[in-house]
Amino acid sequence: MTDLILPILLTLMTAATPLLFAAIGELVTEKSGVLNLGVEGMMLMGAVSGFATWHLTGSPFLGVLGGMAAGALMASLFAFLVLVLHASQVPTGLALTIFGIGLSALIGQGLVGVAYDGLPNLAVPLLSEIPFVGPLLFNQDALIYLSFALAFGVMWFMNKSHSGLVLRAVGDSHDAAYAMGYKVVRIRFLAILFGGAMAGVGGAYLSLAYSPLWAENMTAGRGWIALALVVFASWRTSRVLLGAYLFGGINIIQLHAQAMGANVPSQVMSMLPYLATIVVLVLISRDQAKIKLNAPASLTKPFHPSV
Amino acid sequence: MLQLIKRPSPSKAMVYLSPVLALLLTLCAGLVLFSLMGVSPMAALKAFFVTPISTTYGLGELWVKATPLILIGVALSLGFRAGVWNIGAEGQLLMGGIFGGAAALFFYEKTGFYILPLILLAGILGGLFWASIVAFLRTQFNANEILTSLMLTYVASLLLSLLVHGPFKDPDGFNFPESRIFSDSALLPILFEGTRMHFGAIIAVLVSLGGWLLLSKSLLGYQIKVMGDAPDAGTHAGFSQKKIIWIALLLSGGAAGLAGVIELTGPIGQILPNISPGYGFAAIIVAYVGRLHPIGALFAGLLLALSYLGGETAQIKLNLPLAVTGVFQGMLLFFILACDVFIHYQIKPRSASIA
Repeated sequence: MTDLILPILLTLMTAATPLLFAAIGELVTEKSGVLNLGVEGMMLMGAVSGFATWHLTGSPFLGVLGGMAAGALMASLFAFLVLVLHASQVPTGLALTIFGIGLSALIGQGLVGVAYDGLPNLAVPLLSEIPFVGPLLFNQDALIYLSFALAFGVMWFMNKSHSGLVLRAVGDSHDAAYAMGYKVVRIRFLAILFGGAMAGVGGAYLSLAYSPLWAENMTAGRGWIALALVVFASWRTSRVLLGAYLFGGINIIQLHAQAMGANVPSQVMSMLPYLATIVVLVLISRDQAKIKLNAPASLTKPFHPSV
Repeated sequence: MLQLIKRPSPSKAMVYLSPVLALLLTLCAGLVLFSLMGVSPMAALKAFFVTPISTTYGLGELWVKATPLILIGVALSLGFRAGVWNIGAEGQLLMGGIFGGAAALFFYEKTGFYILPLILLAGILGGLFWASIVAFLRTQFNANEILTSLMLTYVASLLLSLLVHGPFKDPDGFNFPESRIFSDSALLPILFEGTRMHFGAIIAVLVSLGGWLLLSKSLLGYQIKVMGDAPDAGTHAGFSQKKIIWIALLLSGGAAGLAGVIELTGPIGQILPNISPGYGFAAIIVAYVGRLHPIGALFAGLLLALSYLGGETAQIKLNLPLAVTGVFQGMLLFFILACDVFIHYQIKPRSASIA
């Protein structure tokens, strides 16, 4: 039995990880009161830049950094428009996605068809030899470990740290936070940058580990699913973790159903994550009062300090 | 240091200057981009923006590409004004193609003048159907229309692939994922001999005029504007937010569906797995460049059509990757959003007295 379940759980983790990175990044951005709809574009730029860096330097570590930097760079473009030029967040985020899709395709021209082995697994001595639990929890690639560290780190930051409190205050009422002397624009800039960097890592995970290659539009809507995950999670980090694994699971049904001989057209299987996203959105959004309670109150609202 | 000072009232002139400025900035950025790619910038710009429309055939192609962009751009302009973010027009376009294509195959053996209108109607219904799911989920369950309409775009694209590999497949087509080539009764008439410019262009211009009348002369248009600018005031005046959401989505869904079926019965002539190079997404840019105005969308549609056409020409003439088109489109939207800041603000040197 474990022979069957173990590979499923292992692919589940690799499918969930890019969603987890991107959704946690977006969660932090949204908690500061900014909705960045450019996740898909930032992930694609992360994926292509990560892969290109790996291709050029031969170092997967630098590849991850390259993806992170590309995501952050894209996010800073968004931040400049939204925070400095007061552009509205929804169209600017869309512009970021459209731009990212085009630019990543352009950068990736020469990279189509190149393939690598993927990120190496890092086995924790002794612990990785425990049957079943060992390979699952202690013999993974570095980014999977990092994704858990990130999730728990952000959880602590949001709920226990002073800076997290300030971030949430800025997201809930930028005017009040500004009046108290907090630098709203600077805090938001950092939150947007963090969101972009994490989207970049999520994208890089796709091109460095999940399917170690570059293909145009390879994120296939994962950036949008990450945005939906934040709503699903009611802006709570622990539930982002849960949601990412739930959606990772839906993503891999296709892989394993065919191996098990299920006779369903592949296109129908591929529809599942998108349909599931819609169902989940409907279930969560039904309760408007609950959304109002949890959503950052200043989300998408423009900030004009009147001094 | 410079700082932005809010204007006492929005600048009317900047509303119209902003797209021009944005276009110039995009061209400048294009020069840099082409130099980085190692091609002569002037040759590239010429291949992109001049060569494609220097022949009659090219001008016809411009309209072929502009037709779906105008149709969707006009409807999105109305929707965005109302604050309804239908981002999934691409999916509604594909559903229009699926419904309209199915109708065209159904009438394959028949001839008659009534066939084409029925096919177009089927396409509109397809788009309406797909958009009504979004409207239903938004009004009944408060589900964010940006995300649901986008998810449905992926579903529609997979559905099209499923059908083209299955029921739509040409029985004599050696198992290629393509439908039969439509019969002549199912094809839009060509307007000018020697081009591919078809009757859809006239529909697009009429839709643009109709959109303008709706927005500026009707009560519904007034409601759309009020609900977009001040939803609370609109609700107090007794306008129904749900009604506006339904109307905005149905308008854009129907227009996108029509665009999809026009692509099939116009330039394509059969059902293929890919029937749109992202017209539904580019139409978002059309709406913004056209200042969320139906007549503006007409001109913006022609401009975005040129970006597609230019990308193809630059690929053939200079061996540039087709992805350049997407980069140009993205930059144009960025620059226009950036330039729009000057509608509400002006730049002034920071006065020392405040500090």
